[in-house]
Amino acid sequence: MIGIEHYLTVAAALFVIGIFGLFLNRKNIIILLMSIELILLACNINFVAFSSYLNDLVGQVFTLFVLTVAAAEAAIGLAILVCFFRNRGTIDVEDVNVMKG
Amino acid sequence: MISQDLQIVLPEILLALYAMAALLIAVYTGKDKVASVVNWATVAVFLVLAFWIGVSGSGDQTAFDGMFNDDAFARFGKVTILISAAAVLAISRDYMSRRGLLRFEYPVLVALATVGMMVMVSAGDLMALYMGLELQSLALYVVASLRRDSVKSTEAGMKYFVLGALSSGLLLYGASLTYGFTGTTLFSGIIAATGDEVSIGLLFGLVFMFAAFAFKVSAAPFHMWTPDVYEGSPTPVTAFFATAPKVAAMGLFARVAFDAFGGIVGDWQQIVSLVAILSMFIGGIAAIGQRNIKRLMAYSSIAHMGFALMGLAAGTAAGVQSMLIYMAIYVTMNIGTFAFILSMEKDGTPVADINMLKMYSRQQPLRAMALLFLMFSLAGVPPFLGFFAKFGVFTAALSSGLVWLAVLGGIASVIGAFYYLRIVFYMYFGEEKDGLDSTMSPVAWAALMASAAIMLLGLFNLFGIEGIAAAAAQSLVN
Repeated sequence: MIGIEHYLTVAAALFVIGIFGLFLNRKNIIILLMSIELILLACNINFVAFSSYLNDLVGQVFTLFVLTVAAAEAAIGLAILVCFFRNRGTIDVEDVNVMKG
Repeated sequence: MISQDLQIVLPEILLALYAMAALLIAVYTGKDKVASVVNWATVAVFLVLAFWIGVSGSGDQTAFDGMFNDDAFARFGKVTILISAAAVLAISRDYMSRRGLLRFEYPVLVALATVGMMVMVSAGDLMALYMGLELQSLALYVVASLRRDSVKSTEAGMKYFVLGALSSGLLLYGASLTYGFTGTTLFSGIIAATGDEVSIGLLFGLVFMFAAFAFKVSAAPFHMWTPDVYEGSPTPVTAFFATAPKVAAMGLFARVAFDAFGGIVGDWQQIVSLVAILSMFIGGIAAIGQRNIKRLMAYSSIAHMGFALMGLAAGTAAGVQSMLIYMAIYVTMNIGTFAFILSMEKDGTPVADINMLKMYSRQQPLRAMALLFLMFSLAGVPPFLGFFAKFGVFTAALSSGLVWLAVLGGIASVIGAFYYLRIVFYMYFGEEKDGLDSTMSPVAWAALMASAAIMLLGLFNLFGIEGIAAAAAQSLVN
């Protein structure tokens, strides 16, 4: 029997993979965008799982909003990435270092 | 029913419609040739809306079954946001046109970000909160990389985007846990569902959401994006980042802390106190080594967010009142300071090195005096307004029994005073330099002088803001 905890475990695993993808990745900014998408989708799994568990539609409505925003976010991220590539000629994460913190 | 709901969100709807109409009209007519007109029209719309929101509405109203609040707290936040956004657009017009950056997208994006901020401070539901936050963030990612042909600006946009998206992810994960463990996304439902016993899942949700808010207000330990984004973005955009979005994020923070988690103040008080202490110290200490004034203002804003969060950490109406006053004063000081930074240039190119300010008082005594007022005020030296802002949050923390927090805040503000006073020292006692150009647009000059004058004249009665902030805090905490 698959219960709510299984869904939550999968979502938590995806969320953590996404966070690690953001911080451990040294290769390519595209992978950062993929990690962000993974984080948002992990949240969606949580919402849908809770929504079905609680028998309440609000979670699924929230999911639709999140999907829409995630699409807009990816579009803006890619647009900024293209501008960055034009100026810098590379999309390696290690080359995002003109300013040092 | 629906018409009454629409009536309540009318300011947001009108501003969104204005932004879309301005975009269409500018695209179909002169594009960047009409940028100046769009800029001033946006300023006018902001001011009209601020006036309208300020004088209209009274009492608490909710729209869409509690998803959207219109109360004194939201109105205070909205008026502050609109006025500061208008001021930033007005002072940056001249800089933009001299740098060839006067694009019509900028005021339109600022207007859209402002709609998002207005929704944020009014949110009564996790969904409204998320949509408002994203509308604001998405517009801000784009304005950070407004100078498309500059490596620095696009890099700032990239960094802001990645870290902002991460914080949205944290917020969503927290929101999903909160939804799952309380069964509702409405703030009123969440506060009703939290009893004395807090489930571990809800606590996780709260921590994730607060971490995301700390990101948005650039409080330590989630501040690492701030200096790079402030340095890389065009200066008018930096000025915008340092004002309106900070107010909105802080308003949202207080809104969620009290409207949704007001029943478990003891649980989040420690988190907010810790974040406040870290911000005050990191902002104060890390700024000492900075020579770039934009990076310096970034650390300064981190430290100031720490002080404002101290008011929130008090967990009382007095604390929220002091936080609101702090934010209003902080925004006023920052508009004046950035009006000055916008005019810092040497032989027609903008400079940000604080060494350029050496002996500035000899070239421009009046402007140097105004900047001195602002720096003293930012440092919290009496009798300037910045001192009363800090005094308010210290008093609130003390009356809630957080003595150690107030003591640490006092130490941090002394450390932080060093780098503000160093700027003053350079201006009055530094060695002679061939200095900055004397150009300054009249609007920026007026903003600098007005904000410096407010810092001194406000000490009589804070321009009556105290009572308004008290009413706003009362409408949030009860």
